[in-house]
Amino acid sequence: MNIRLNGTEQSVADGASVSTLVTQLTGRSIGPDGRAADGRKLGVAVARNAEVVPRSQWHATALADGDDVELVTAVQGG
Amino acid sequence: MNETTFAGTHVVPMTGAVADPFVVDGVKLGSRLIMGTGGAPSLDGLGAALVASGTELTTVAMRRYSPAETGSLFQLLEDHQIRVLPNTAGCFTAKDAVLTAELAREALETDWVKLEVIADEHTLLPDAVELVDATEQLVARGFKVFAYTNDDPVLALRLENLGATAVMPLGAPIGTGLGILNPHNIELIVSRASVPVVLDAGIGTASDAALAMELGCDAVLLATAVTRAQNPVLMGEAFKHAVIAGRLAKAAGRIPRREHALASSAMEGRAEFL
Repeated sequence: MNIRLNGTEQSVADGASVSTLVTQLTGRSIGPDGRAADGRKLGVAVARNAEVVPRSQWHATALADGDDVELVTAVQGG
Repeated sequence: MNETTFAGTHVVPMTGAVADPFVVDGVKLGSRLIMGTGGAPSLDGLGAALVASGTELTTVAMRRYSPAETGSLFQLLEDHQIRVLPNTAGCFTAKDAVLTAELAREALETDWVKLEVIADEHTLLPDAVELVDATEQLVARGFKVFAYTNDDPVLALRLENLGATAVMPLGAPIGTGLGILNPHNIELIVSRASVPVVLDAGIGTASDAALAMELGCDAVLLATAVTRAQNPVLMGEAFKHAVIAGRLAKAAGRIPRREHALASSAMEGRAEFL
């Protein structure tokens, strides 16, 4: 299926969870609680169709075809 | 060492930062300088400038994750144990600002947010209507709102009454370095506020920050004045001292301005030359 990730079309496995997507992008293994397995903070957040998906829900939230996903992090800014 | 009492706290000259914490939302910060991370050409330089400034709180923006350039800023702030104040820079509507704040809370695990809702890219001035709307929504959602606002005493009080944790009036438009264009309004905002007042935006050099503190502000927030200075580390250090100097001067009480000169040497007892 196809989703829009940070403004770009991307294909992901059918039924992939938000957790899977975050792992793919960050290269970090993520536990069922939405925290990095290495114990360090991830520092990212996910919005799906303009609604925040709390990290505790990443594991249980399956993506759907056509979803619009934004994955953000902290960058330099005043 | 001599101590002066100011607003119920002890200000110890030279170590004012330790004895005179900036308390906001019950958190004690050892510096009254909030240094933003915007505008720095490199992360290494930014780290050195942050350390030189003595800041314990810094702003960041929320942007799309890019695998190539990630982790480092977040890591830098973790390494230096500098608390993060995420902003909603780039938001033009209350709706976008609320969503950005929600994302920041998730990503950075803080309910503090520097609320910035700008009207247009040319002036970067706050849009008062959207700002009020967003403040109301964010307070209801449990955020601690640090509201970046115009230097408008009426609006500042409105934001406080809506539950803002701190009000942050601008000295001048973002990035202009024009200093404090309306000191009278800043003084008026301070005199009526019951929450911390942070002078935010427009600071160009150290004396601007000292003036903000002399006007009674609780802290100063700046970024480009340091990050785009010719020597950011030196400027960071200059600001560290400027906020302390201004704070002490405010506590000390300045002499009144006079129309005419007033000699400090007695006229009596002068030698007479015939």
